[in-house]
Amino acid sequence: MSGSHGDGHGDGLHVPGHTVVHHVPAHAALLGVVAFVLVVVATPATEPLAYAGYALLLGAAVVLAGLAPALVLKRMVVEVPFVVFALLVPFVAAGPRVEVLGVAVSQPGLVDAGALLAKATLGVVAAIVLSATQHPRALLLGLSRLRVPDLVVTIAGFMFRYTQVVLDEMRRMRVAREARGFEATSVRQAKVLAQSAGALFIRSYERGERVHLAMLSRGWDGAMPALTDLRRETVRRGAWLPAAVLPLAALAVLTVQLTTSRGLAP
Amino acid sequence: MTTAPPLALSVRDLAFAYPDGRQVLYGVDLDVARGERVAMLGPNGAGKTTLVLHLNGILSPGRGEVRVDGLVVGPDTRREVRRRVGIVFQDPDDQLFMPTVAEDVAFGPANLGVTGADLRRCVDRALEQVAMSGFGDRSPHHLSFGQRRRVAVATVLAMQPQILVLDEPSSNLDPASRRELADIVRSLPVSVLMVTHDLPYAAELCSRSVLLDAGQVVAARPTAELLADTELLGAHRLELPYGFEPTRLSGCYGEPVAGAARDQ
Ligand SMILES: Nc1ncnc2c1ncn2[C@@H]1O[C@H](COP(=O)(O)OP(=O)(O)OP(=O)(O)O)[C@@H](O)[C@H]1O
Ligand SMILES: [Mg+2]
Repeated sequence: MSGSHGDGHGDGLHVPGHTVVHHVPAHAALLGVVAFVLVVVATPATEPLAYAGYALLLGAAVVLAGLAPALVLKRMVVEVPFVVFALLVPFVAAGPRVEVLGVAVSQPGLVDAGALLAKATLGVVAAIVLSATQHPRALLLGLSRLRVPDLVVTIAGFMFRYTQVVLDEMRRMRVAREARGFEATSVRQAKVLAQSAGALFIRSYERGERVHLAMLSRGWDGAMPALTDLRRETVRRGAWLPAAVLPLAALAVLTVQLTTSRGLAP
Repeated sequence: MTTAPPLALSVRDLAFAYPDGRQVLYGVDLDVARGERVAMLGPNGAGKTTLVLHLNGILSPGRGEVRVDGLVVGPDTRREVRRRVGIVFQDPDDQLFMPTVAEDVAFGPANLGVTGADLRRCVDRALEQVAMSGFGDRSPHHLSFGQRRRVAVATVLAMQPQILVLDEPSSNLDPASRRELADIVRSLPVSVLMVTHDLPYAAELCSRSVLLDAGQVVAARPTAELLADTELLGAHRLELPYGFEPTRLSGCYGEPVAGAARDQ
């Protein structure tokens, strides 16, 4: 595949592959994930089985995309702040209390926390599948195909490009630290890390200024030129179908759940 | 009125202080004839980059003026000047900010209003000039440093400047890339101002050199002559590499480039 896409592998979060999931055109994949997340978010906290159904669907997508579960788990680390927040909710929320492991916690709080955690997890995993199966470049093109304003797409492109530059700078700084015998093993070394972070911020800021000068030098006057005619793409017919399956299946799960639980409650 | 054509670039009595009050340039004079290649030498902190930023109106002089092909650089002429003067910055990562090489090369011409098939042709040709055809769809961070430097040159060539300004173009290049870049520069029908610490590179490419130190022009002579003055070089923190013999240089930039290109 090297030819047309250029970059061999490891571009951003992209994991190259040739599965049906990988071949979904980016704009369809974006729409599919957004629709799926909307269904998830719209699901009331009182329907735990629906969440289980969504999880199965996502699990199927992960398997179909040939992604290693370990990789997905590792990338789920970004979710940790949500987990912490969700764990706090039962302690601070009002309402009737129940005993969990000898501690009184709020019952609605517990349900809310569970639902929050489930929604966050499902959203994060969906995003992981999307970012692992779509090249960042393709995602940008997908955004512009979806009529997202060029300015927004360009800014997203900038962010992607400069995240790479800043990451490279971070890597160099880490190498420089370690080459001089630094190992981040104890909290006491936090100061060094904090200083590095400060230096990184300043470097990135100054980089921004130099980039701005370079843009001015090439006749930039504040408006992004339209470069859409440079973008070429080929889409196989019907390749977008898998993207539609995910939200539709989720919607089916939700409908079934809602009707059965209504039906059971007289 | 004189019959001589206007200089490609002429800097007169240029003085400049940064907003923080630091005076960097103290009355610099500099000329580049059409088709001529001039090297600007000088130690770190001499004010070379600061001078370069005046050449397309990014910085405005405190005193004096810069003319590009007779046109005084100022707020009204900035757009035209930026079309005529192409600056390749020292760090290609500062210059390449679009997600793909092709889009980056297209950025300049698109700002000038080029669109559609013309734009693509412009991009293809610039990439071809730096021997980077076929890299259009790659993202810049996946290229080697030398390749990024070449693409940075292409981003500027795509604007078809009349004057190419290169800020330390040979730094960080391996010998082969360094030579290839020299070939590219030599093949272009443009005037060149090349900022460098790389004295052999200056000797190879530029018939004339200007030595800048502490914001002033200390010497402006034919390169071979300037490099032969080791005392002068030493006084301004410049050194020839070990074993390099400037007296054997004469004519190594081949034909009198300046004269030949002036005829075009
Ligand atoms: N934005 C700025 N604000 C204030 N002072 C600056 C700024 N940029 C550069 N200077 C100062 O101006 C002087 C000349 O800097 P300049 O970057 O022009 O040097 P240079 O000749 O390009 O050096 P080098 O060979 O290291 O690239 C230096 O003393 C520098 O500290
Ligand atoms: Mg400099």
